[in-house]
Amino acid sequence: MTERSPATRRTLWLVLSLVFAFLYIPIAVLVALSFNQGGLPTVWSGFSLKWYASLAGNAAILSAALNTLIVALVSTAIATLLGTLLAIGVEMRRQYGSGLEALIFAPMIIPDIVLAVALLSFFSMLDFTLGLHTIILAHVVFNLAFVCSVVRARLKSFDWSIVEASADLGASAVTTFRRVTLPVILPAVVAGALLAFTLSVDEFIIAFFTAGAGRASTTLPMQIYSMIRFGITPEINALATIVMAVSITALTLSQRLNRGVIGQ
Amino acid sequence: MNSYRPSRSSLLMAPALAWLTALMVVPCALVLALAFFRRGIYGGIEYSFTLENFGLVLDPLYAGIFLNSARIAGTATLIAVVIGYAAAYAIAAAPRRWQPVFLFFAVLPFWSNYLIRTYAWIVLLNREGLITQLLRWFGYTGEPPSMLYTEGAVIAGLVYNYLPFVILACYAPLSRLNPELAEASRDLGASAMTTFRRVILPLTVPGIAAGAVFVFVLSIGNFVTPALLGGGRFQMIGNLVYDQFLTANDWPFGAALAMALIAIMLLVLTAQALAADRAAGRIAQAKGGADD
Repeated sequence: MTERSPATRRTLWLVLSLVFAFLYIPIAVLVALSFNQGGLPTVWSGFSLKWYASLAGNAAILSAALNTLIVALVSTAIATLLGTLLAIGVEMRRQYGSGLEALIFAPMIIPDIVLAVALLSFFSMLDFTLGLHTIILAHVVFNLAFVCSVVRARLKSFDWSIVEASADLGASAVTTFRRVTLPVILPAVVAGALLAFTLSVDEFIIAFFTAGAGRASTTLPMQIYSMIRFGITPEINALATIVMAVSITALTLSQRLNRGVIGQ
Repeated sequence: MNSYRPSRSSLLMAPALAWLTALMVVPCALVLALAFFRRGIYGGIEYSFTLENFGLVLDPLYAGIFLNSARIAGTATLIAVVIGYAAAYAIAAAPRRWQPVFLFFAVLPFWSNYLIRTYAWIVLLNREGLITQLLRWFGYTGEPPSMLYTEGAVIAGLVYNYLPFVILACYAPLSRLNPELAEASRDLGASAMTTFRRVILPLTVPGIAAGAVFVFVLSIGNFVTPALLGGGRFQMIGNLVYDQFLTANDWPFGAALAMALIAIMLLVLTAQALAADRAAGRIAQAKGGADD
């Protein structure tokens, strides 16, 4: 789009500024208030780190954070493996059946609450004991779909004839994967894993339904949810700031590794 | 030379497909089946066939909640599409090298914690929140306005949470738009408004449709936003499903509601596919015309 009048250009910049203000002011206010000295969650009364210190002494939050870390790491590891293999399998064939596409796409679009109640019904029908392991089983479902879509995007332009060439030259399938395919897709695999990790750290509804009762399997979002229900406190602001910082770091890293991962 | 491929690709896909089948397809089929059973007297499930649960979905009380959810989700979708389209347009008009940066920062909040982004609005909207304080600063002395726990708060939360996706979806077709088309339209005497309405807008319909579907589907099934920003006063379908499974213990009815949610989703997705097809037809036609 070529020449524009100064008035049009000013309007466009104004739109951009307003949208970014809308997107970032709520977050900025939250972060600022996490450093607030006073006990009132929304009235500024001086800089302090005491809410961060009080988090470190909160056993419930620490155990929830540990649970979240376990769920996120294990589900990401499984999802990265399965999602990558799936992506290679689908792209190798290059015949896209619509049923297969729907199956891979479904976990990304299906409402969380539906998957949550479906899994709860399923686990309770099988008499599964609910806990961290059932959250992990559930999180792999959507995580693998996201990893798969990131890796597939990378494989779209992959030249499969070099895989054949490698096989013709006598390399085993494992060697070919390790020396030919993997180096090409590695940035996408790592980017997909980081994306899966953040999705799992942040996921609330499915974890809530598949965790079962009791503290032992409470994850961080579940803990935050119950804290919010009791009212806003500067402690939640501090916790929210930390969780947000972790997500944003992982995502920025993911984006740098594989340009455009966030756009998927 | 391709002889070994099909079997090998199936082998690679098998573990993931097995996982999705066991933990998504089967559980969803189970919920569908559950919707055809009766609720037991003590809250369990009685295995006798019935269509009652679907009848109950259409009961005025619950149909009202469906309509209410559709209205809230529809309003949020409309607002998000208008703001998101304007933002995407402004990003696509920015200098080329800045576009990826703007886009990244527009989408970044979307991937951070949903609960926290919703909570941020409680901090803003509560009686002693930033907005009340700004009003006071401007000399307002009356009662703090009650903004939290209103339908407006729920809509604001939904728009805030899903706006980044609309920006992303609308940016794609806008950035691919051939600037010569708009120029040709101007040269032929069309005003800027006509050019936008007759040339730019029709060509970017697929992006708008994708963004709108996403916001609508995620909003109508939303559970967290109505619970936190509506303060439980605004029941939406997601909250209703939650209640049936965790408090009312009427799983068959909850299952029927969940299936209704899926049906709405499929309906909206089909409408989107049709809109995208028609737009593709128009674009092909425009290209064909240009080649003549």
